[in-house]
Amino acid sequence: MAEAPVEYIARITRQYAKLGYKPYGWVYNTDASPWQPVRKPLAQSRVALIASGGIYRQGQIAFHSKDDTSFRLIPTDVHTEELRTAHFAYDQTDARKDPNVVFPIDTLRGLVQEGFIGGLTQHAFTFMGGIYSSRRVREELAPAITGRLAAERADLALLVPV
Amino acid sequence: MSSALDITRAVNPPRAVFTDFPLGHTAGKAFDRPLQRQIMIETLSAFETMEKPGSIRILPFEWDADHSWKHAGAGEGDNRQERTEEPQYQSEEDKAAAQEGRLAEECIVCSDWSAGTVERGSAD
Repeated sequence: MAEAPVEYIARITRQYAKLGYKPYGWVYNTDASPWQPVRKPLAQSRVALIASGGIYRQGQIAFHSKDDTSFRLIPTDVHTEELRTAHFAYDQTDARKDPNVVFPIDTLRGLVQEGFIGGLTQHAFTFMGGIYSSRRVREELAPAITGRLAAERADLALLVPV
Repeated sequence: MSSALDITRAVNPPRAVFTDFPLGHTAGKAFDRPLQRQIMIETLSAFETMEKPGSIRILPFEWDADHSWKHAGAGEGDNRQERTEEPQYQSEEDKAAAQEGRLAEECIVCSDWSAGTVERGSAD
């Protein structure tokens, strides 16, 4: 039998109250969602993978846990075994065994091979989503990534949170 | 992609697909390549077939039959750790590799956008 999805906002709100923390300021975007029509068929589209699971490549500096708004460029031809994770807010056990669960790079490369999508941008973009300040995400991280998406001529942006 | 339906509703992105899996598995189960591929095909297809801004498509995948994962570790106790600006390396080996600057020729920390440059080093 199907069971309703977990209500994370309610769960975390209860947990914070019980522990005596200040309530978290969840983002509620009530304006109409921004919309861009898709202009090309998938088979001709260049896809950009953007993932918030704290993925870095061995040799890069790992993410830290204090409002880290930096991001990493991961070449999309990276060897999967060079990928690592650094994140404090989810169980990384499976992601560290198979990064594809939060960073579906092999999955996407397979679909390029099949001709299902046209290709990938030169890099994927990764950050550590446990950032308390939504203002800093909006004002710092998001514009920086958007700039790279334009520079790498992405047709579609695929966001993979954890 | 999302595995937190209520949070995604609140954020209100243009197009979203929801898979009812435990957090940390947005794109599938570890090493289950057919499932990962099927989730991604459904996800990418949504770009072409979703037409209503702000809607969320529920994908038909189930983690397991009894949904017991939804009740495990439901936020009991205080498991938060002190926030620090120390990089949280997966291993000491990674820390050493970063300190050697093995990827110095590539973007290491992309945070210097205030001056108009997006990253340190040359990524392209």
